[in-house]
Amino acid sequence: MSEPSEKSKHGEHAHHIVSPMVYVVILISLLVGTALTVWASFIDLGFWNPIIALAIATTKATLVVLFFMHVKYSTKLTMLTVGAAIFMFLTLISMTLSDYISRAWGSW
Amino acid sequence: MPDSHTIVHGGSEVEHHEHPAYLRHHFESVEQQADTTNFAMWLFLVTEVMFFGGMFTAYLIYRNWYYPAFVAGSHQLDVRWGTLNTLVLIISSFTMAMGVWCAETRRKRGLVLCLILTMILGLSFLGIKTIEYSEKIEKHHVPGFHYSLQSFTDPQSDPAIYAEYHDKALPVDMARHTEVYFSLYFALTGMHALHMIIGIAILVFMIVRAQAGAYTSGHVTFVENFGLYWHFVDIVWIYLFALLYLISRHQ
Repeated sequence: MSEPSEKSKHGEHAHHIVSPMVYVVILISLLVGTALTVWASFIDLGFWNPIIALAIATTKATLVVLFFMHVKYSTKLTMLTVGAAIFMFLTLISMTLSDYISRAWGSW
Repeated sequence: MPDSHTIVHGGSEVEHHEHPAYLRHHFESVEQQADTTNFAMWLFLVTEVMFFGGMFTAYLIYRNWYYPAFVAGSHQLDVRWGTLNTLVLIISSFTMAMGVWCAETRRKRGLVLCLILTMILGLSFLGIKTIEYSEKIEKHHVPGFHYSLQSFTDPQSDPAIYAEYHDKALPVDMARHTEVYFSLYFALTGMHALHMIIGIAILVFMIVRAQAGAYTSGHVTFVENFGLYWHFVDIVWIYLFALLYLISRHQ
């Protein structure tokens, strides 16, 4: 019962049933990622600690979005919506942070 | 043209064709209906990204402003509880994904089991969060009138934390800003926990409906879209775990 896809007769796109094996692989990857990020947090890497923690978190989030949330198998509209959310969030956060970083520019 | 609507409507009555009961009349096909609902759910999640995004941004800005206070505040969190909760939530996301698969392949008992497991794991997460919160209440680290600076102005008075981090005492004006850290900690984890509570309430509703066979007769939209919500809440926690528990351990 774990066929990769079930073709719809309308043919526009198939409703993709993701197989449990994919979910198991993603689960293991997420558990490994968690172990890795906790392990890394016990090592003093100075400046790199937050970067590594956020990089691993982003990798885990990407796996969840692509496979658990089926974005890899979904319509272009869904992909565009997800992309728009990420783009909008990054735009807002970088504009806000660049304001706070540069506000006192030259005043010291 | 006010009449055109009735004409078209009349026309479609004549061409009325067979379709499943769950296909609403304003959709062409089941696929179109599923895509539309899926799109709507994602739009909701975009607003959720913005909602949590605002709080994450506030956290990053205040962390830069009151860096020593945020580091000291973060040292009050126990990585072991945080890790355990991360594992619980990731496994609950897996059981939810399996629930969607069971619905898609019309396995009623499997679906009910997956939903119950997801609910139990969600409740476990909240239980662990309660242990963490009650520790903060005991130490008077909840922002408000009874907030205590003792752990930060005199770190050796807090032996368990001192043994692990050997924090230096903060001057009172900086120590006061640990309250900002805990405000954001409670705002972020509290809003996350509220999402979990809402999710668990919907899970209870879904378990009852699933037992009646609601999602295993070809119409899986509700389970699928709830899955999206549950995974989103998981993603928020993945970032909360990194930002609140992990990034300040060595600073």
